[in-house]
Amino acid sequence: MAQARFDMPAQVRAGEVFKLRLLVQHPMETGYLLDLNNRRIARNVINDLRCTYLGQEVFRIEPSSGLSANPYVEFFLRATQTGEITIDWVDDRGERGQVKRTLTVV
Amino acid sequence: MTTPPAALRRDWLRASLGATAWAAGRATFARVLGGALGLGSLPTAQAQGMLSGKLLSLSEMLDPIVAGAPVVRAGVHIETLILADNGLSVPFRVWVDSPMTAQDHVTHIWLLSQRNPVMVMAKIHVGPQMGRAELSTRLRLAGGQQLVALARLSSGQFRYELADLIVTEAGCVDGS
Repeated sequence: MAQARFDMPAQVRAGEVFKLRLLVQHPMETGYLLDLNNRRIARNVINDLRCTYLGQEVFRIEPSSGLSANPYVEFFLRATQTGEITIDWVDDRGERGQVKRTLTVV
Repeated sequence: MTTPPAALRRDWLRASLGATAWAAGRATFARVLGGALGLGSLPTAQAQGMLSGKLLSLSEMLDPIVAGAPVVRAGVHIETLILADNGLSVPFRVWVDSPMTAQDHVTHIWLLSQRNPVMVMAKIHVGPQMGRAELSTRLRLAGGQQLVALARLSSGQFRYELADLIVTEAGCVDGS
């Protein structure tokens, strides 16, 4: 199952600021809704999502139930050298997801 | 035809569909429909009791985070809707004026909601490696309200900006 869609340029110039777009497939349950049997659905949101570039954490977001289901995040990074960009996230149930991409700096 | 400025359009929208008038209209419609169908009263959506929830004041929202540091309404920009059809997914873009150098950059951005049961919608850690203090996402909102984007600079100062928007259907109502 495709867990996330991640988009960034494959190649950038050194020093360039480029855009990264991420769409994670996740229900982001608020904990306020009832199921068909009138039981409360437990809160389950992505509570931590971080982006690592060249082994260093460069961006991190701690969402609550205030972000929509299938959260979408768009942010920027400044390219310094060729390396791996990793995005990791974890939800309230402890389930983890990850996307990895190599950035080529020319 | 020229487009009226955003503030004008907002006033016009508020005047033509005040949030309470809109909610009352919907409730009456449900009652009339229920009566017609002989259902007595239709089960209303479980809104978890925060639909008419208390609206937080600006200081109630900022004080717990700012904790006495200087805070100014400047240098933060928000781009979002004026009228959202529903609160499930509201596009929201925020950016902060900052050179984003190692000496002078933004360290955190908070997205705060006046009406949601959880005030802090997201806390974002940013740094000079980002090159630009900008972020777009989609919010879930419990109704029309004021949103606050609060930014902390590396100097320890805080900056914020407000956005006023009308949400015709809250994002935490059970869809069934």
